[in-house]
Amino acid sequence: MTEQVLEGGERTRVAKTERRTGVRRRGAKSSLAGSFHTPLWHRVAERMIAILALAAVLAIALIFIFIAREAVPMFWEADFAEEVNIRDLFFAKEWRGYDEPVFIWQPVGEPAKFNVVPLFIGSLKVTLLAMLMSVPLGVGCAIFIALYAPRAVREVVKPVIELLAGIPSVVLGFFALMVLASWAQATFGFHFRLNAIVAAMGLALTIVPVVFTISEDAIQSVPGTLTEAALALGARKYQVALRVVLPAAIPGIAAGIVLGFGRAIGETMIVLMASGNAAIMELFDFSTSVRTVTATIAAELGEVAQGDPHWRVLFLLGVMLFAVTFVLNLLGDLFIQRLQKRLTAS
Amino acid sequence: MRKAYQNYSAVLFLAAALVASSCTSGKSRQEGDGSKDSAQTRQASTLTIKGSDTMVILAQNWAEAFMKANPGKVVQVSGGGSGTGLAALINGTADLANASRPIKDKEREQLRKRRNAEAQEFRVALDSLAVYVPASNKIESLTTPQLKSIFRGQTTNWKDVGGEDKPIVLYSRENSSGTYAYFKEHVLEDEDFAATAQTLPGTAAVINAVSKDAGGIGYGGIAYAEGVRTVKVAPAGGQPVEPTMQNATSGKYPLSRFLNIYSAGEPSGIAKEYLDFVLSDDGQKIVEGVGYYPLPKEATPAAQ
Repeated sequence: MTEQVLEGGERTRVAKTERRTGVRRRGAKSSLAGSFHTPLWHRVAERMIAILALAAVLAIALIFIFIAREAVPMFWEADFAEEVNIRDLFFAKEWRGYDEPVFIWQPVGEPAKFNVVPLFIGSLKVTLLAMLMSVPLGVGCAIFIALYAPRAVREVVKPVIELLAGIPSVVLGFFALMVLASWAQATFGFHFRLNAIVAAMGLALTIVPVVFTISEDAIQSVPGTLTEAALALGARKYQVALRVVLPAAIPGIAAGIVLGFGRAIGETMIVLMASGNAAIMELFDFSTSVRTVTATIAAELGEVAQGDPHWRVLFLLGVMLFAVTFVLNLLGDLFIQRLQKRLTAS
Repeated sequence: MRKAYQNYSAVLFLAAALVASSCTSGKSRQEGDGSKDSAQTRQASTLTIKGSDTMVILAQNWAEAFMKANPGKVVQVSGGGSGTGLAALINGTADLANASRPIKDKEREQLRKRRNAEAQEFRVALDSLAVYVPASNKIESLTTPQLKSIFRGQTTNWKDVGGEDKPIVLYSRENSSGTYAYFKEHVLEDEDFAATAQTLPGTAAVINAVSKDAGGIGYGGIAYAEGVRTVKVAPAGGQPVEPTMQNATSGKYPLSRFLNIYSAGEPSGIAKEYLDFVLSDDGQKIVEGVGYYPLPKEATPAAQ
């Protein structure tokens, strides 16, 4: 680094030495910021950035309020109560023409049947499957690229995988619909040509780059001293990778997985095109067609008149999806924090 | 060095994400604004039509011919399903709605409440709903009760209706589709489709899926029937009938229906000109060109 005469340069260098040695230089003040004069535009810029950050939080809150406002009137509206019993949204009922209580989503018809359970099962099935496919792939790829790949390979593979994230999901959906589905049916002989597995394969293509990018960054930022120490003690390369680097990078990898999960459960276009969209109540057979929450909202919201019971139920689906992703993200964050604490405390 | 590279790639990534997201949101915004504009400011020279996917090709052909004959006038046509079109008419984002099913009483009432206008129906063409099977399926005909049992999910193997021993795979349409509603009402007698029926966006998608699936069966407008076989349909207790123009106009084919255009209140201005064109001889000739059936002569002035 070139010599810098700026005050700021001095400050970073002080901070750097501290970080590197883990020891504060004697005489350094506890609050460095107070000891330098900050130019006005710095302070203005800081404020602006703070406002922008708050705007994001505000936007999320407003979005939530908006969708909740459209859903919540179902609890007191007479129109809604006349057509739909809120209990039937979540529990099985023996409808006319059926010989047992069923969970079904048949929003058009008399009476309309809005049971959200098969939709959430559909979403979770596709998401789970996509995660099972993409996490090992993404993390494995990250380990290879960060620790094993020669420089030339890394410089080709890494940008290409990251480019995958930029492919529009409608193109991936199209690919899954036309190519993957035919291939999968010919190979495995599925009854449903479009099913959870095909949709999950399409979905995995969007999640792999997310998991990969973040995991790779996490592995790269494990301090080189750890690796060097392990190697110096006689560890083999795979031992270093599995026992030293990977554990140290786990919080970052977990963050990538959480982000990938959010992407998977919220993805709409691929599942709309490739999952077959049949709301089948089936927990364990992944080769059946599924209808996800997101695809349902996308396919049906255009059709309904505002304020209709169907409209309210679709917004309720939105609220529930929001809540599910929010809670899962929160849990993921807490988990990551605990991991980090455990790793740094010892 | 490496740090700088990382920052750089992060920025690139962010930029790519931004571009991607702004592309998609920009597109939808444009669409939203476009339709709102035309409904609110109601420019005299622009007509927004929304609705049935079955009718979208037909309507596009009408719109093209109409715009050629009337330079300076713009007709925008989009699909989405009959329910979508009628909802757009109710919400005021479309001037006319294409519908392959009659309007529901509930929708009539919503239109009255929301826009203070009576729905006007114009029958504009005749269509036969065809039942498709892949070309490899040799089955000749099905009766409407058999169709009902198949799409209810009670008959699950082709051998039960006289075909090979092969499980039946159901293909249906999204529930915003007029074709879906028509089939549900006339074939299923208002009972529910089997939960296992895969719902696809658009008749073309259904045909594509059926043509690729040896056990498949689907339904849709007659104009689309390419690459698959259409099955003769017999009314309960009747003879199997082929979905031809003659059988449709004579009413022999059990699954024929009128295609409609709806307006909110008496149409005026460009909407009226467009409707007049659609019902004219030129307009009806286009119907034939697309593959649907023109209105029988006596039914042409069929405003309700």
